Amino acid sequence: MRARGIGLPANFFSHYARQLGTLSGLLGMCVVLSVATPFFWTVSNLLNVAEQAVIIAVVAAGMTFVIITGGIDLSVGSVLAFAGVVMASVLQAGVPVPVALAVALGTGLGCGLLNGALITVGRLPPFIATLGMMSVARGAALMFTEGRPVSGFSGSFRSLATGEVLGVPVSVVIMVGVYVVAHVVLTRTKLGRYTYAIGGNEEAALLSGVNVRLYKAAVYGISGMLSGLAAVILTARLNSAQPIAGMMYELDAIAATVIGGTSLLGGEGTVVGTLIGALIMAVLRNGLNILGVPSFVQQVVIGSVIIAAVLIDMWLKRRAG
Amino acid sequence: MTDAPVLEMREIRKTFPGVVALDGVDFALRRGEVHILLGENGAGKSTLMKILSGAYQKTAGRITLDGEEVEIKNPAHAQALGVATIYQEFNLVPHLSVGENIFLGREPVRAFGLIDRRAVNRQAAEVLGGLGLNLDPRRPVKGLRVAEQQMVEVAKALSLDARVLIMDEPTAALTEHEIKELFAAIRGLKEKGVSVVYISHRMEELFEIGDRVTVLRDGRSVGTFDVKETNKFELIRLMVNRDLTELFPKEHAERGAEVLRVEGLTTRGGLKDVSFSLHKGEVLGIAGLLGAGRTELARAIFGLDKLESGSVKIKGETRRIGSPRAAINAGLGFLTEDRKAQGLVLPLSVKDNLCLPSVDKFTSLGFVDAKRERGAAERYVRELRIRTPGLEQKVVYLSGGNQQKVVLSKWLCSEAEVFIFDEPTRGVDVGAKAEIYQLMNRLAASGVAIIMISSELPEILGMSDRILVMRAGTVACEFDAKEATQEKILECALGE
Ligand SMILES: Nc1ncnc2c1ncn2[C@@H]1O[C@H](COP(=O)(O)OP(=O)(O)OP(=O)(O)O)[C@@H](O)[C@H]1O
Ligand SMILES: [Mg+2]
Repeated sequence: MRARGIGLPANFFSHYARQLGTLSGLLGMCVVLSVATPFFWTVSNLLNVAEQAVIIAVVAAGMTFVIITGGIDLSVGSVLAFAGVVMASVLQAGVPVPVALAVALGTGLGCGLLNGALITVGRLPPFIATLGMMSVARGAALMFTEGRPVSGFSGSFRSLATGEVLGVPVSVVIMVGVYVVAHVVLTRTKLGRYTYAIGGNEEAALLSGVNVRLYKAAVYGISGMLSGLAAVILTARLNSAQPIAGMMYELDAIAATVIGGTSLLGGEGTVVGTLIGALIMAVLRNGLNILGVPSFVQQVVIGSVIIAAVLIDMWLKRRAG
Repeated sequence: MTDAPVLEMREIRKTFPGVVALDGVDFALRRGEVHILLGENGAGKSTLMKILSGAYQKTAGRITLDGEEVEIKNPAHAQALGVATIYQEFNLVPHLSVGENIFLGREPVRAFGLIDRRAVNRQAAEVLGGLGLNLDPRRPVKGLRVAEQQMVEVAKALSLDARVLIMDEPTAALTEHEIKELFAAIRGLKEKGVSVVYISHRMEELFEIGDRVTVLRDGRSVGTFDVKETNKFELIRLMVNRDLTELFPKEHAERGAEVLRVEGLTTRGGLKDVSFSLHKGEVLGIAGLLGAGRTELARAIFGLDKLESGSVKIKGETRRIGSPRAAINAGLGFLTEDRKAQGLVLPLSVKDNLCLPSVDKFTSLGFVDAKRERGAAERYVRELRIRTPGLEQKVVYLSGGNQQKVVLSKWLCSEAEVFIFDEPTRGVDVGAKAEIYQLMNRLAASGVAIIMISSELPEILGMSDRILVMRAGTVACEFDAKEATQEKILECALGE
């Protein structure tokens, strides 16, 4: 057998090389920013960055599942807004906080499953189905609130954003929890295995007995549900649910996923990479802000970083292949 | 045929991460010869040819073409140098037509750079006609059968006017009749002075079409011989480095109770009133020409195509099988003929592919037991001698034959009671073939029933207990293996 020179460590590095690469990109950026401004590397600013990253990171975790199946979910930002306003109105109607949370997650899940049904039963391309949902959910949020934000919640609800656990903001704890669960699901469970298999070769998966429709729909459900969770955090943080919340979040979530090494072709990707990708986006925004870079220039820089990251990734993959 | 080499490859080395694919290979090709490249799965045949065709860059070594040293940069460069290639895996654009595929990248153009469709179709029809193929150049490749796609690949390479033509297992998906056509085309090319490198695991072909043969083993050349001065068993010994006397080690297992009964199966895909039964321990060979409905039959039983009428009984019970999942639950396993499109999830690892149909077995409460899964995967990698640097290697990086072994293992691992094998040994080397046949013996002995669809008559004759011959969507003849002959089967398949 031709197993020359492959030991465990080599395997480990080749397996995680992609994430190590992204991680060194993130650390490199941190080093540069700490040198440029001493304010960057302070506990309060780093927690600030983490809090900034939370919303996109939570949404991007779901996006990663979807993209690994070879799909896309453009509706995440709108679903977030819709789930937010629905939850806000039941909160104001006086339901207990846990019930309101369930309503937010359930609304997101429902929208996601509807996406899934359109894609699997209706056989629509994911791009089209979720593009439609993006508009429908946004419109629904605006109709529901007549275009006005729903504001002012109890302290116990707001503590979801303002509270701390051992000095770490609750929202950051939630984010870490989401990523631990997502990582375990993707790497250890049947759902995870099927997610990769569907993205890698849908027909082969079907012929191997995978219930492709069910698992595809589930993946969009997960994405919707995590948008609902992001809505909870954002609403608690702002003490207000806005029907126009989450605009363009789909793009940030896709960017974080792709920077993290998930292939838009499907079949490949990790949530660990996505988390690093989301942190890169947050650090970049934060750094540009504290350096006082004008916001128009920021957009140019962020776009360039996304393109550069994917170019480097493809180049590395071609060399390895 | 002259002795001056058209092509010389010297001391060629190629390494991939963790794998030495070629370890200093010398290879010389004469003008107008058909040079066979022989070797086990993973010996490095495709890699050597991919270096020649510009798909891979060599790690070290020298290549001379007509006495001139060349550095082949990419596939376009290789074509410009007169090296045309038919790869082991298809490289057609599914949404383009047959003609567009044949002339992809060199379309005849009219004024303003518009593609001259008429010329494309006319010239394509000429090339296809030269191959004795009656295929409409305007049809999209997507709808073609595997064998038809293979012929399109051949036509594409022939249309290049190359001085060196590389064919990597061109007959793996062809039936006897089409192989004859292909060989006629190759002989025509030889006469024009074209040199052909021909890779195949079918030993009979070697003696029919080959002039010289080079044997590769473990990334090294073990020698080049005149085909006339060697024989099958010597070559096999050189290839696998051990003696292999029995090519079809058939053992007849005890025939048990009926496990599968198909009655009056009719589908829109072209099956007409197909009925047969299958017993425990039996290997039922299904022969027939391309398009006779063999794969359609398998698809219908496995719940992939809707039945218009007819029924499938498993162990005496009528089952409605509406999806592959239901089929697997009913105890069926289906090894498909097209490993790349239907058999494998290419970006996934050997282990993940191997366990895909049987994940349920290793799952409790949604969690996959990685240890047991690895154990199972390891067992099959060992038993079928799958050449891979590890269980985590992505299958896309395995050699073609080793990929085939992964597909086979994935169904073995599912522990089905009735297997449908559609071309189970396609692209598998002689040594591994014998191992697969032995495995079929063991399966049969343990009471498993096997339907083996194959275009290789020796395999059908050598390994079946009973043989069905299909023609135009129906079962045309049935033979006991003892009374069947190549002639009888062909006669029935052709309907003479
Ligand atoms: N892109 C790649 N990356 C990593 N390993 C590779 C790659 N291509 C080939 N290999 C390895 O190189 C070795 C030789 O492979 P090659 O495809 O040349 O075999 P082959 O002789 O054509 O076999 P087969 O008869 O099965 O087609 C194998 O061990 C294979 O796993
Ligand atoms: Mg090969």
